[in-house]
Amino acid sequence: MKTNDVILQTTTKVVFFIIFLFSIHIFFAGHFAPGGGFVGGLLTTGALLLLLLAFDLKTVQKALPFNFIIVIGIGLLLSLGTAAGSIFFNVPFFTHAFDHFTLPLFGETELHTAMIFDAGVYLVVVGSALTMIQTIGGDA
Amino acid sequence: MEFVLLIFLPILAAFFVPLLFKKIKGIHTGWFVLLVPIALFIYYLGFVTTTLDGGTAVSELRWIPSLGISFVSYIDGLSLLFTLLITGIGALVVLYSIFYLDKNREKLNNFYVYLLIFMSAMLGVVQSENLISLYLFWELTSISSFLLIGYWNTRDRSRFGALKSMMITVFGGFMMLGGFILLGIMGDTYSIRELIAGSSALVGQDFFTLALVLILLGAFTKSAQFPFHIWLPDAMEAPTPVSAYLHSATMVKAGLYLVARFTPIFAVSEVWVWLVTGIGLLTLFWGSLFAVKQTDLKAILAFSTVSQLGLIMSLLGASAVAYHTDDALFKFAAFAAIFHLINHAVFKGSLFMVAGIIDHETGTRDIRKLGGLMSIMPVSFTVAFIGSMSMAGLPPFGGFLSKEMFLQSMLALQHFELFNFATWGIVLPVVAWVASVFTFIYSFYFVFKTFTGKQKEKPLPHTPHEAPFGMLISPVILASLVVAIFFIPNVVGKWLVKPAVVAIQPDLYTQPSDVAVHVLAWHGIRSEELWMTIALIIVGFIMYLTMHKWQKLYDIQPEYVSLNALYDAVMTFSEKGMNGLSRFYMTGLIRTYLLYMFAFIISITTATLFIKKAFVVDMNSFAPVSVYGMMIAIILVIAVGMVIFAKTRLSAIIALGAVGYSVALFFVIFKAPDLALTQLVIETVSVALFLLAFKHLPALSNHGETKRTKLVNAIIAAGVGITVALVALSAHSQKLIPSISQYYKDTVATEAGGGNIVNVILVDYRGFDTLFEIAVLSIAGMGVLAMIKLRLSRKENTDENK
Repeated sequence: MKTNDVILQTTTKVVFFIIFLFSIHIFFAGHFAPGGGFVGGLLTTGALLLLLLAFDLKTVQKALPFNFIIVIGIGLLLSLGTAAGSIFFNVPFFTHAFDHFTLPLFGETELHTAMIFDAGVYLVVVGSALTMIQTIGGDA
Repeated sequence: MEFVLLIFLPILAAFFVPLLFKKIKGIHTGWFVLLVPIALFIYYLGFVTTTLDGGTAVSELRWIPSLGISFVSYIDGLSLLFTLLITGIGALVVLYSIFYLDKNREKLNNFYVYLLIFMSAMLGVVQSENLISLYLFWELTSISSFLLIGYWNTRDRSRFGALKSMMITVFGGFMMLGGFILLGIMGDTYSIRELIAGSSALVGQDFFTLALVLILLGAFTKSAQFPFHIWLPDAMEAPTPVSAYLHSATMVKAGLYLVARFTPIFAVSEVWVWLVTGIGLLTLFWGSLFAVKQTDLKAILAFSTVSQLGLIMSLLGASAVAYHTDDALFKFAAFAAIFHLINHAVFKGSLFMVAGIIDHETGTRDIRKLGGLMSIMPVSFTVAFIGSMSMAGLPPFGGFLSKEMFLQSMLALQHFELFNFATWGIVLPVVAWVASVFTFIYSFYFVFKTFTGKQKEKPLPHTPHEAPFGMLISPVILASLVVAIFFIPNVVGKWLVKPAVVAIQPDLYTQPSDVAVHVLAWHGIRSEELWMTIALIIVGFIMYLTMHKWQKLYDIQPEYVSLNALYDAVMTFSEKGMNGLSRFYMTGLIRTYLLYMFAFIISITTATLFIKKAFVVDMNSFAPVSVYGMMIAIILVIAVGMVIFAKTRLSAIIALGAVGYSVALFFVIFKAPDLALTQLVIETVSVALFLLAFKHLPALSNHGETKRTKLVNAIIAAGVGITVALVALSAHSQKLIPSISQYYKDTVATEAGGGNIVNVILVDYRGFDTLFEIAVLSIAGMGVLAMIKLRLSRKENTDENK
C-alpha cells in the first residue's frame, strides 16, 4: 500500500527549521538561561528524528551526508581539548576563561571557553543519538 | 663463610642437572649429583666439634627485614644431627639410585631436580631459626615430595598417592602456619630462639593452647601420626630411593624435629604431654598392628615406619615430663628419642633399599610370591636380617638399645604424678609392650617370609639373582652402622645425641656433658625392661610361628570401615557436595540472582536502619503538599501500575512514556527547568527508539513464571520499595551538615561568568562529570553500532564458547 504523506512532509520542511533554530538558541542561551549543550543536542536530534519519520532513512542520509561516528569523535576532541587547553597556561586542568568583548553586530558579548566545551557536548549528543537511531532503524 | 647460603646449594645444583642429562649421555647424571650431598656432609661434619661443647653457630641472610623475616641458619645439636642425616643418607640414596634407575629409560633430569629441591627444603626446615622461613621450606618439602611420589606420573596409583600426601601434608602445613603466626603475635617475634627465651611469658596467653594444637597438627600430618598416617602407605608408589630417603629417614622426621624444637616452649602444657605421648603411642600400636596385615614389602615397611615414628613421638612427649619434675627417671626419654631416631633412620633406610633390590631383581614386591631367596641373594639377606633384627629390638643391634630405653621411659611414666598420669600411666607401658610384640612379628615376617622357605612354584617375573655391586654399597654401609651403633652407643651418644638433647631441654642442661645418660647393653638381671624384652621375644616368636592361623583375623575388618575409606568418602563428598551446592544456587537464571541481591539489600539495609536506630521521621522538615503535586503523583502511580500490569508491550511502552512525562512535570513544579526540558526531550527520543525497535521484539511472555514465583517477586519488590522509602524518609529527616549550594549562588557570576547555575555546574564547576558522561554516551552509541553491525548470529550458529 502506498501512502501519501504530502502534508506531513511539507509541514516537516517548515517545522524542522523552527525546531533546529530553537535548539541552537537553547544551546547558546545555556549559560544564563535554562538550556545548554545537552538539551540543545537532544532537540536537534528530535528535529532530525522528525525528518527521519517524514522521509525515509536513505533520503535523510543523502541530505545530511555525515558519518555520525566522526561527529562523536569531533565532539569528544573538542571537549577534551578545551579541558586540556588550560594546562598550556599553567593553570589546573579544566580551568575555564571568560571575558567581555564588544563585537560587531552582537554588541557587548561575553565569550567563555565553557561554550566550546558545551559545543563538544552538543556534538557528542547529536552524534550518539543519530548513530543509535540510524543503526537500529536501518537494521530491518 | 656465610653457611646459610649452603642451604640453597642443592637448588642451585638442580639448575645444572637437565643440562648435564642432555649433554653428557655416557655418564649417569647421578654421579654429578652425588658430589653435592657428599660435599655438604663433609662440611657439616666440621660443626660436630662446635656442638660437642654445647656451642652453636648462626648465619643470617636478611630477606624481608621490615617484617622480621630472614633466612637464618642456626646450627645446634639438634639441627646438626638432622643435617648430617639428610646429607649423609642423601649421599647413600643418590649412590643407590644411580644403580636403581636406568639412565636410558628414566627421566633422570626430573628425578634429580626434584631430589635436590627436596634436599634444600629439608636442610632449610631443620636449620631455619625463623618461623616464616621454616614454613617456607616446610611447604617446599611437601611440594617436592609430591613431585617425587608422582615421578612415574603415567601410573594411576602414583598420581593418587601423590595427591593424597599433598592434601594431607599441606592441610597440616596450613594449620602449622596458623600456629606460627599466633606464636609470632604472642611473642612479638618470629625468631625461635627469642621465643624460647621468652617462653615463660607465653604460657597462659589466650592463644597458647590453640597455637600448640595447630603446630602439633602440622607435625602429626608430616610425621604420619594417627589418623594422618594414611598418606604414607600410598606414597610407596614412589621409586624406592625416594621411599628410602623421604619416607623413612628425612621428611617424615620433620614432624619429630618440629616437636623436639618446640618442646622448650610448649612442654609446660599438660595438653602437649598428653597429646604427643598419647598420639605417639596410638600410632605406634596402630602401625605395628597393621604392618602384619600387609602383603607388599614396601607397605610393611611403610606401616613399620608409621609405628616407629609413633614410638619416637611418644618418647618426645615423655621427655616433656622432665619439665614438671626433677626426678632423674624422666630425663631419659629425650635421649632415647634421639637415639632411636638415629637408629631408625639407619636401619629403615637399609630395609627400603633391600626391598627395592628385591623388587628390581625379581620383579615383584608381593610377599606371597616370594620365598627362598636366601641362597640366591646372600648379601641382601644379610642386610635385611640385620635391619629387621634391629627393628625388632634384638641384640646385638642398635635397635635393642633404643627399645630398652623406650620401655624404661614408658615404665617410668607411671610414676609421674601430675596430670592424672598415676591413674592412667599403667596403660602406657602395656600398650608399648603389645606394640613391641607386633613389631617383633612383622620384622620376622618381613625378612623370613621373603628369604627363607621354599621358592614358590610360580615363576617370578624376573629370574632372581644378586643385585649388582653398586646397588649393594649403600645398604651394606647402613647395615654396618646398625651393628656399629650397638657396640659404640656411648660414642654416638656423646657426639650426636647429647648435644641434641641439650637443644630439646635447654632449661635442664647447660652443656652436653651434663646429660647423665650412659647407655648399657646389660642392665642387670633385676631390671624390669629386660624381662619385658624376654617376654616379648617369647610371645612374639610363638605368634610368628602361628601366624598363618591368625593373620586371617584381619579380614574381619571390612574395606569400608577404614581411615582410607573415610578419606575417600571425605574427598568424594567435598567434591560432590560442593558441586551440588553450586548447582543449587547457581541456577543460571537472572531472576534467581536478582532475587538474592534484592533480598540481601532489603535485609542488610533494614537491619542496619533499625539496629543502628537510624530510622527517624521529622515532620517539620517536610514541605507543604500542593494540589498540583498530588495530581501528578496520582497520575504517576496510575502509569506505574499500568506498566506493571500491562498485557501487551505497546501499552507498557506508552505507560512508561506517561511516567516520564509526569516526572518532567514534577521537575516543573519543583522549579528545575533544565531538568524538565531534558527529561521531556529524552523521554520523547527514547519512546521513539522503543517504537523503532518495537517490531523486532518478541511477544510479551511470562517467562514460565507461576503464581508462586510471582508472589515471591511481589514480596521482594514491595520489600525493596519500602526499604528505599524508609531510607529516603530518614535521610531527609536528619541533615547533619548544611548544603554547599550557597557557594554556587554566590560565585556563579563572579567566578564562572554565568547565570544558569545548573549549566555552570555541568560545564565549569564539575565539568569532569560531564566529560565522562559524554564519553559514556559515545561508548553507548558505538556499542549499539557494534552490536548490530557485527552480529555473530548472522554467521552460522557461532557460539563463542565452543
